Amino acid sequence: MKNKFNKQTKDNLITYGMVIAAFIIMQILLSMGKVSSLMEGLLVPLCTYVILAVSLNLTVGILGELSLGHAGFMCVGAFSSALFSKCTEATITNSGIRFFFAILVGAAVAAVFGILIGIPVLRLKGDYLAIVTLAFGEIIKNFINVVYLGRDSKGFHFSMKDTMSLNMEADGEVLIKGAQGITGTPNDSNFIVGIVLVLVTIFIITNLVNSRTGRAVMAIRDNRIAAESLGINITKYKLLAFSISASLAGVAGVLYAHNLSTLTALPKNFGYNMSIMILVFVVLGGIGNIRGSIIAAVILTLLPELLRGLNDYRMLIYAIVLIAMMLFNWSPKAIEVKEKISTKFRTSCKGKKEV
Amino acid sequence: MSFISYLVNGISLGSVYAIIALGYTMVYGIAKMLNFAHGDVIMIGGYVAFLTVSGMGLPPVLGVLISMVVCTVLGVTIEKIAYKPLRMASPLAVLITAIGVSYLLQNIALLLFGASPKAFTSMVSVPAIVLADGQLTISGETIVTIVACIVIMIGLNLFIKKSKAGRAMLAVSEDKGAAQLMGINVNGTIALTFAIGSALAAIAGVLLCSAYPTLTPYTGSMPGIKAFVAAVFGGIGSIPGAFLGGILLGVIENLSKAYISSQMADAIVFGVLIVVLLVRPTGILGKNIREKV
Repeated sequence: MKNKFNKQTKDNLITYGMVIAAFIIMQILLSMGKVSSLMEGLLVPLCTYVILAVSLNLTVGILGELSLGHAGFMCVGAFSSALFSKCTEATITNSGIRFFFAILVGAAVAAVFGILIGIPVLRLKGDYLAIVTLAFGEIIKNFINVVYLGRDSKGFHFSMKDTMSLNMEADGEVLIKGAQGITGTPNDSNFIVGIVLVLVTIFIITNLVNSRTGRAVMAIRDNRIAAESLGINITKYKLLAFSISASLAGVAGVLYAHNLSTLTALPKNFGYNMSIMILVFVVLGGIGNIRGSIIAAVILTLLPELLRGLNDYRMLIYAIVLIAMMLFNWSPKAIEVKEKISTKFRTSCKGKKEV
Repeated sequence: MSFISYLVNGISLGSVYAIIALGYTMVYGIAKMLNFAHGDVIMIGGYVAFLTVSGMGLPPVLGVLISMVVCTVLGVTIEKIAYKPLRMASPLAVLITAIGVSYLLQNIALLLFGASPKAFTSMVSVPAIVLADGQLTISGETIVTIVACIVIMIGLNLFIKKSKAGRAMLAVSEDKGAAQLMGINVNGTIALTFAIGSALAAIAGVLLCSAYPTLTPYTGSMPGIKAFVAAVFGGIGSIPGAFLGGILLGVIENLSKAYISSQMADAIVFGVLIVVLLVRPTGILGKNIREKV
């Protein structure tokens, strides 16, 4: 029966343990007051990035499709949940319950978008799929920048021009103000909620990967035609994986939105640059490797902050580190050298044992 | 009349996109990689032209030539250091490396030239043409951009079809292994492609900054993405496709800015791309390759 506790489960437990250990260490440091306010402010974004990286790994690593529109789904989740929280702030006074529902709303809306976008997009392949996901992400961001939404005693008013054209009663309140976004979102997310959401995300993804569904998705990745001939419904499984990934990105968006008082759709937070940054986490951490994604997301988010002392040079160093790591990890020559060293090391160890 | 003027400006913007898209599409056709750093080579080209002409007072033609030389050297160096070691690695790894190079170029420019935008003085001394009793004015920049794009297209087509190096590029893009067996220097050909693409990027940089005269370290990234969209639009890997995609994209962008909404122009451009790719999954002029078991 001991074999039941197989390698996969052990691997997952290490991942959970790592996250929980990081959380405990962070809590101890926080209670001792050893954490700078800058780092403290970085904790929730860090959880956001980890969720984004792990969820994108489902699309890139498990489904094997390159998506450059992940930030778009995050944007959808962030805005829908922020809107929900603002609307229900008066009716649901308990912030915990409200936030719980906000997460559900964000995840559901992002999943719907994932399905809507996934149906046309998943027919394409490779680089074409990548550019179309990028296009969808940019469209979502652009659209949110021109939306105006208000609420008064008569209900909701919607416009794509300006606040004046909403035609609201005197008691009306503008909820989404075009490029100025949503202001006054209740500040419901914190580090503990973030860590719980990270754990839930890891739980969902690892269970999915080790299930029948996950194996079907991986079969499609490895050989689409062979998988189809075995009776696997390609469209269904692709869409399933894509929309789960999208909805988890939505959850990350919820966490992000409730950490800020003003939510705007800028190129910096929801543009293609953000999608690319998440992709960098996934590729650097190892495609398909969930623990790798987490570590890469944490290190690459902290690196520019740790290098803050170097001021102007920090992003330069970040770029050089990125290129160097990619060359070191992927170049055939570097891999050869690494293998040589490791075999040498192993043989020398063996030699010592024999003596 | 205003429609024609929007259309002409659209074709001019599209010509810049087309020149940039040529660099993307040629590199993609040969090295099968998305060179994300291409947009930043444009930016470097713009800065070099700015420094030589506005800073050192050299004549514009010389400035453009120097900028082309610098960008060519830069492009080939990037290829040698960052992309060549990864030729056998997965496409994703190369993509991320290209993104790293893009960050690197942006930050080098940020350190060297600062974040404040530079006012780029136009390099074009051609006078504007006034047509139809002053109702339609076509600026010198527009004329030069469109002419440059046409000249480059014709020149590039002749080079690829007639010259030995050009045909070697075609051969490498079709089958790298077979080309190598025929005695073609594959690495040299790829380096040549990067050199041509980067030189074109320098020209595009000068033209772009002459039409939109602000220069920052991030100037190249959005036109770069748009040109990439244009290349995909026309069918990535196809040179006429890049030309067609670039012009169409520029026209659509300018017309939707004029008649629909300036904020939604980008969204409309991307929307058209999506519709085109859904109807023709490999772009307008792309080859449709059937998958075999």
